[in-house]
Amino acid sequence: MSAHSPLSSLKTYFAVWIALLAGTALTVVAAQIDLRPFNAAVALTIATIKATLVALFFMHVKGSSERLTKLVVISALFFLLILLGLSMSDYATRSWS
Amino acid sequence: MSDSQVAAVQGEVHDPGLRHHFAEREQQRDASSLGMWVFLATEVMFFGGMFCAYLIYRRMYFGEFAAASQTLSWKLGATNTAVLICSSLTVVLAVWAAQTGRRTMLIGNLVLTIILGLVFLGIKSIEYKEKFERHHVPGASFEFHEIIPGHHQQYANPQHAQIFFALYFVMTGLHALHMIIGIGLFIYLLLMSWKGRFTPEYNTPIEIGGLYWHFVDIIWIYLFPLLYLIDLHK
Repeated sequence: MSAHSPLSSLKTYFAVWIALLAGTALTVVAAQIDLRPFNAAVALTIATIKATLVALFFMHVKGSSERLTKLVVISALFFLLILLGLSMSDYATRSWS
Repeated sequence: MSDSQVAAVQGEVHDPGLRHHFAEREQQRDASSLGMWVFLATEVMFFGGMFCAYLIYRRMYFGEFAAASQTLSWKLGATNTAVLICSSLTVVLAVWAAQTGRRTMLIGNLVLTIILGLVFLGIKSIEYKEKFERHHVPGASFEFHEIIPGHHQQYANPQHAQIFFALYFVMTGLHALHMIIGIGLFIYLLLMSWKGRFTPEYNTPIEIGGLYWHFVDIIWIYLFPLLYLIDLHK
């Protein structure tokens, strides 16, 4: 917030808002098209881009003066990845034996 | 000698908006913000467990999940997504208004946020009502007679479809609970703003409340495609 002029951050907020609405429309359209195994991947990619936009610009992770904020965000994502990644690799490989 | 140490020494000329255990406003603000982020990290793990359960069962019973997902209205889900995205914009505008000392804009955006939050819950309640009417609520009266999308004449196993609806109600229900808490927080922030408690120097509660609201929005951004849009093309 502090590094930018107030009006330029307003422009950013509206641009992000438009991008989020466009992303929602895109997810709905992509779901109607048969992309074989990639439907879920496309939906999750769009959702992740939208979530990143919200975190960076609306939650001010980008330009945050406090570096500890970034540390908390990254460690939360890291442990979420362990939770989902290790659980799913277990279930995905159970039929191997 | 840094500014913070100087400020700590000059304790006698005390800034009334500064708690005595903080050296300066900036430090006080950063501590509050960090506290909220740590709470949100615990929320990530809390919802993460449910997303994990969802992924495991979706992989096991994909056909039933697709059949059950298609009984939901993606139009209502998409509308609610747009409503939440708009509310995130009004929240960030409220934070901006508080930081730049625009009282009317702050109050207006807080009111809009509360209204959009209520619209979201209203649409959600329409969806829940429909689930009750169609006996899609897990439990003794659960019924499910749908064909698996893309498989001719193969009916979905109701037991497995029930798992989808259990996850649907737990995940959207806990999300809705977060929305209700968020609306409560914003009503409080609105009252404080009305009393003129926030200034460009002190607006941390608005900022912290905003962080919470955006987090709840992010959860919905994932819930929408995962619950409403499974195999929609079939």
